[in-house]
Amino acid sequence: MTVIFEKTKGLTDKTFHYCPGCTHGVIHRLVAEAMVELGVLENAIGVAPVGCSVLAYNYFNCDMHEAAHGRAPAVATGIKRVHPNNFVFTYQGDGDLAAIGTAEIVHAAHRGEKFSTVFVNNAIYGMTGGQMAPTTLVGQKATTAPYGRDEATAGRPIRMSEMLATIDGAVFVERVAVNTPANIRKAKKAILECFKVQLEGKGFGIVEVLSTCPTNWGLTPVESMKWLGDNMIPYYPLGNFKKPEEVK
Amino acid sequence: MAKVKGNVTFDEDLCKGCGLCVSVCPVNIISLDTGRINKKGYYPAAIEEMDKCIACTNCATVCPDLVITVERL
Amino acid sequence: MTKVLMKGNEAVGAAAIAAGCKYFFGYPITPQSEVPEYLSRELPKIGGVFVQAESEVAAINMVYGASGSGARVMTSSSSPGIALKQEGISYLAGAELPCIIVDMARGGPGLGSIQAAQGDYFLATRGGGNGDYRLIVLAPANVQELVDLIIDGFDLADLYRTPVMILGDGMIGQMMEPVEFKERPEKNLPVKDWATVGTGGKRKPNIINSLFLEAELLEKHNHNLQAKFARIRENEKRVETYNIEDADLVISAYGTTSRIAKTAISKLEKEGYKIGMIRPISLYPFPNEAFEKINPACKGVLTVEMSAGGQMIDDVRLSLNGSMPTYYHGRSGGMVPTPEEIANKVKEILGGDK
Repeated sequence: MTVIFEKTKGLTDKTFHYCPGCTHGVIHRLVAEAMVELGVLENAIGVAPVGCSVLAYNYFNCDMHEAAHGRAPAVATGIKRVHPNNFVFTYQGDGDLAAIGTAEIVHAAHRGEKFSTVFVNNAIYGMTGGQMAPTTLVGQKATTAPYGRDEATAGRPIRMSEMLATIDGAVFVERVAVNTPANIRKAKKAILECFKVQLEGKGFGIVEVLSTCPTNWGLTPVESMKWLGDNMIPYYPLGNFKKPEEVK
Repeated sequence: MAKVKGNVTFDEDLCKGCGLCVSVCPVNIISLDTGRINKKGYYPAAIEEMDKCIACTNCATVCPDLVITVERL
Repeated sequence: MTKVLMKGNEAVGAAAIAAGCKYFFGYPITPQSEVPEYLSRELPKIGGVFVQAESEVAAINMVYGASGSGARVMTSSSSPGIALKQEGISYLAGAELPCIIVDMARGGPGLGSIQAAQGDYFLATRGGGNGDYRLIVLAPANVQELVDLIIDGFDLADLYRTPVMILGDGMIGQMMEPVEFKERPEKNLPVKDWATVGTGGKRKPNIINSLFLEAELLEKHNHNLQAKFARIRENEKRVETYNIEDADLVISAYGTTSRIAKTAISKLEKEGYKIGMIRPISLYPFPNEAFEKINPACKGVLTVEMSAGGQMIDDVRLSLNGSMPTYYHGRSGGMVPTPEEIANKVKEILGGDK
């Protein structure tokens, strides 16, 4: 008997506090596994956001910073400039990256800062109880959009990957989803490629991961995976928007 | 060709009964055991017919809580 | 050591480099843009890192990351930009991270004016951001002192694991004075084993954090911070006093205003007045004991600040604790008081009694 799937040492022993079926657990695992597989866990320094994953600093088995809301790319800039040979990553949600932190992520990409960002997009603000996010879909209900997101007053949701891909300093931009095992495996590949781009010193990389929020969507975990596939993927198409000529 | 067979173990007290593993098993052998609750108060996922497991690792891949270990026989 | 004629803002950069600081994250704002400009030229020459951030908010967060990773690091700005940094400064204080923040203060509130002012005293000494914390705040009165306090400041920041603010103003940033970079004895500073440098597989992860969701834990953390501030108050007060044992009136002023006050005092002495002076150099911890040493027959303390309503005067009043009257003379908006104005105010208070 060979073990073909077991818990990675990239995660600590702390039990995840996330809701049942929350895909943060899946994504944390992919990031941790990638760091172990690339041999960078012992040299990694990560930056946690403000959001449901604010406690990510307790789960990743490497040095971590807790950052102010949205500021992780600036914090990561400070870390990577001091320690250019360390592996540096940020892990951020849609409020953190696409609302308050939009200037920080755009400028980190613009400067081509050599760290990697994992952007968890679940089209809602989870931690604070389900308010509308910049990524909430038109017509989708949220506690601050009780009649559904109204395009006339709130605009259409923001597609961060497409926007960041227009910036030269962003050399790896890919959007993935974790709603099926097949998509989860593709997400893992994208995260590995994104992290490799940092190790090759090529520039800024980001993987946007479409994720679920069963609690605030008001659906079961299984229904949420279906909702993601039916509603989010059509608006946020999966795929690679940019990558360097060769990612070894 | 011999069929791949697997053995799945659940670290039961980590399970939050989300049901994702149940939904992705291609041989439909995982279920939430509604006959008991774990330390967290959830119905934990479990497999009765382990001999049908094909070690595809779908369950472990989708599990958000590191509950599942998969071995290939 | 040779003396060099330097502009204050450039001396800020030179002092940081002399203190072994190789990382600067900043943003242009009048009247301190020469600080990032100087460092953008000089840091690459010594293998240091200069980043012009997209905003003062980004800059202070870069400082947070760099400091948490163990580096000596500095940022600078002026009043409106320092206001932007308050969130980041609160996080730095809560996570107990050392750094230097230089404020070349200008007229306010809001966008204000670009000339010197002293309207940031409250912001600097009362924390400024959310929560219970204080910064060590040092106020130079000339460019040499600016250099010395910055170099001392880096040591204090490392010693206490706390941010240190250097509170200057537009005048001190723009003026040129001779500066000497003196040899200093090696300081015995604690090792930064808390910094994030990668675990190397040899230790548990280090976490830089100010979040404590359990209230009991946060209260304990706050007790530790308060104990630190008590040690700072015990050991780090700095003040210059003049003739307070014999004065009929004491003037209290800090920074460039203190130099104008000194000129006023010279004028008054020539006319037979006996005027003392208390110049706080550390604004936090405030040198309150100096005020207790004023001769009891003194008729009061006149605080002079480039502030509309007076800010340091609150600490003067707290220090005097009602023992004698307090008076105020201020200019604001970027206006600078003259020695004549101050002398006339003294005469008005003393009613012609010499």
